[in-house]
Amino acid sequence: MDITLKVNGATCTGSPEARQTLADFLRDDLDLTGTHVGCEQGVCGACTVIVDGRVVRSCLMLAVQAAGSEVRTIEGLATDGGLDTLQQALWDSHSFQCGFCTPGFVMQATALLDAHPDADERQIREALSGNICRCTGYQSIIDGVLLAADRLRQA
Amino acid sequence: MGQRPTGRNTQAPRATDSLEQLWQHRSPDRRASPMKLPQFDYEAPETVADAVGLLAEHQDEASVLAGGQSLMPLLAMRLARPAVLIDINHLAELSAVSATVDWVSVGAMTREYVAEESDAISEAVPLLAAALPLIGHEAIRSRGTIGGSLAHGDPAAELPAVARALDAEFVVRSLSGERVIPAAEWFEGYLTTSRRPDELLMAVRFPVAPPGTGVSFLEVARRHGDFAIVGLATSLTLSDGAIRAARLAFSGISDMPVRAAEAEGFLVGERPSAELFDEAARRATADIDPPADLHGSSEYRKKVAATLVRRGLQAAADDASERQ
Repeated sequence: MDITLKVNGATCTGSPEARQTLADFLRDDLDLTGTHVGCEQGVCGACTVIVDGRVVRSCLMLAVQAAGSEVRTIEGLATDGGLDTLQQALWDSHSFQCGFCTPGFVMQATALLDAHPDADERQIREALSGNICRCTGYQSIIDGVLLAADRLRQA
Repeated sequence: MGQRPTGRNTQAPRATDSLEQLWQHRSPDRRASPMKLPQFDYEAPETVADAVGLLAEHQDEASVLAGGQSLMPLLAMRLARPAVLIDINHLAELSAVSATVDWVSVGAMTREYVAEESDAISEAVPLLAAALPLIGHEAIRSRGTIGGSLAHGDPAAELPAVARALDAEFVVRSLSGERVIPAAEWFEGYLTTSRRPDELLMAVRFPVAPPGTGVSFLEVARRHGDFAIVGLATSLTLSDGAIRAARLAFSGISDMPVRAAEAEGFLVGERPSAELFDEAARRATADIDPPADLHGSSEYRKKVAATLVRRGLQAAADDASERQ
């Protein structure tokens, strides 16, 4: 099926098979391999992207269902090779180790801070509760998002 | 896009190749790699009439794709292998929430986050409003739908317990017309409902909570957002300090949501107290025989269920007095 969608602001076309997930379409057809595929059953959160302003699991959505939508992936955050405020805060907080879960956490936190720039620790924990990290024990990630929220408030 | 290299690089990669050179050797069309989901014919009808026509044609060879938060994992694990996938995401008329004096009707395709933000639901069906934030995680509620969860019928999920507690009504349509199925007859077993294969779930009607009603939805789960080990939907209606109506429905203790009818009858006419709720907890769990799995033994689930009844009734009673 031929589809047209916007990914990180650019108009893209493709012809995914009906059974192709959005995650696989982003990675295999658009070469946007920043979106990671972990459990492929909606549990781990690694494939989290933002579709029309809402966080979704891209493994639980068909690519053809994204036709006409606006998709944001991890590749859309950094501008001119520089990290955005959230990414920089996560970097400064040593939030991640192996990096596998990172894109999912970053997109989930991006959606949270877009909607609630004043998010407190409880809201951050709630928002990130659907993403699994096997390295860090989460505290460093929470710290990073809190730091980003703080910097965004002061900006 | 749609343009990708066409010619395969025939020269074999060498150990001395730089990363950039190795990249040249990758398969020019990586879509040749196996697909996660099984093959199916994909239909995305634009009207309910077309959707119902497709269901009539394909019957139980077809699966209906709503939010996909249950069906997509089943497809990925190949536990579901429908010949035809009928995607109802284009049926805008199934996404409306409308209220009358007696009912709030929630279109089957209403996404869970939309229901969460609905004033009609939070004002008139507080038990549903209390359960919605507990469904999965934010990203799941972005896509997941009210009708999808209820048609899937997972006994550990929140919405089946809410529908059962409130005696919700299910409106289904087929080529032969519409019928309305009460919640008591909707759930038939594990992931099984009384919807016929040619029927499409159109909407679910929840009764408006009478004045003096307090609610709670409690669950015990290993991790916030996971399926509950045991959950409990509670609704109490008080007037002049006495219980006029009590509704209790468990999730996670059987192959479908379970009403605690005996305990409900016992509560009516009484005044809320810790002793009363203790006895209600005993009666609500006397005859249950929950399943055992790696998350908890049957005995453990039974204990959790009794604790939830005590806490749930107290929370609902507190909520009722707060709302007055």
